[in-house]
Amino acid sequence: MRVHTFDNARDAANALLDDSSARILGGGTLMMRAVNEGTATFNTLVRTKDPALQRLRTDTSRVELGAAVTMAQILATPDLNYLHPVAATVGGPAIRQMATIGGNLFAPSPYGDFAVALLALDARVQVYSSFGTRELALTALFGTPPSAPPRLVGAVTFSRPRSEQALHYHKVTRVTPKGASVLSLAACFTVRGERLSGVRLAAGALAAGPIRLARMERALEGQRLEAAAVASALPQMLDDIAPPTDAIASTRYRRAIAPVYLRRLLLGELTPWA
Amino acid sequence: MGLTLEFQLNGDHTAVLADEAATLQTVLRVELGLTSPKRGCLQGTCGACTVLVDDAPCLSCLMLAQNVAGRSVQTLEGLKEGAQLNPLQHAFMAHFAAQCGFCTPGMLMAASALLRQTPNPTRQQVVDAIAGNICRCTGYEPIIKAVLAAASASGNT
Repeated sequence: MRVHTFDNARDAANALLDDSSARILGGGTLMMRAVNEGTATFNTLVRTKDPALQRLRTDTSRVELGAAVTMAQILATPDLNYLHPVAATVGGPAIRQMATIGGNLFAPSPYGDFAVALLALDARVQVYSSFGTRELALTALFGTPPSAPPRLVGAVTFSRPRSEQALHYHKVTRVTPKGASVLSLAACFTVRGERLSGVRLAAGALAAGPIRLARMERALEGQRLEAAAVASALPQMLDDIAPPTDAIASTRYRRAIAPVYLRRLLLGELTPWA
Repeated sequence: MGLTLEFQLNGDHTAVLADEAATLQTVLRVELGLTSPKRGCLQGTCGACTVLVDDAPCLSCLMLAQNVAGRSVQTLEGLKEGAQLNPLQHAFMAHFAAQCGFCTPGMLMAASALLRQTPNPTRQQVVDAIAGNICRCTGYEPIIKAVLAAASASGNT
């Protein structure tokens, strides 16, 4: 295994393009597992010390999280307290010291819980590629075909939620709170005149990667936040998801409990993670 | 390819020749002879390899050794205070918080990180701090009691 380290992200991105067997190394919580197991499908690790990837900036309207920002740094930032319940469910304390925002975006199901929250926040990503730096929606990044040229994520940005309660999140796991997800759910919405507005719903471990529940969002937009309206919209969720079977849970089990937990999340019936 | 890695190890400046892709655990155990970080799962799940990097718990099995260049690393070997065990180690002995002992170095390092950050932890904070460390022997309760006792013995409760 070779390791190449670059001072800036642009050079690291070019290294990924030049070597199809190279992979970017963030915190190592996923890549190094494969190296240790001897199952790595790559033979070069690319690292970057670019300080831009360590940037964590918040203001009254916008948040920018560098790809190398860790879950522990999120938890240490009071201004991001609405993301604390999310970061707190990513592994144990030592994992959170190492696990990065960027790495979590590419964590395969049933991991990638922080990416679920970012989807619900309608986040955008800054990527480095052979064409330079550009920004795209996180949904577009997840929709990129595997055959596309590799890109290096530099940062994630999103509009600050209008209130700290505007982001709702829950993770179902067999080893609370740190285990791999049976499923994870994030909801971002406001209530105007008793009607739901700006509904964004995201889910993890209910497809190959994090997804938005687009049909469910459309069904809820403009509805009252009440049990009857939620129950009426829930069947749409089953058309949005394609849960995998893995060591944590089966497709059948995930399909059975997903609507139950989404209903509870929307109606405020779940105890928040500490 | 080899590289020279320099960092603070248990308070002492250390320089070691290591493979560029070596994990911190391999460097500590093989190159430096410090066997307290245990080779457990190598997956970041068991926590037996926990060490402190800049006073924060990290999993040495998943960390590239290069990542600690210029930083401070502490292992269980550096936890004692001179010739004496520190209060946390005494508490583990007193409360029978080790049976086979395989998880114990990782548990001690995780607990040590907690007490540096939070000298007067609640029970829940102790539980959260060792959430990344698996023990198959004790049922965790003796470990939790030992950490709380160590905090108390340090005069913080």
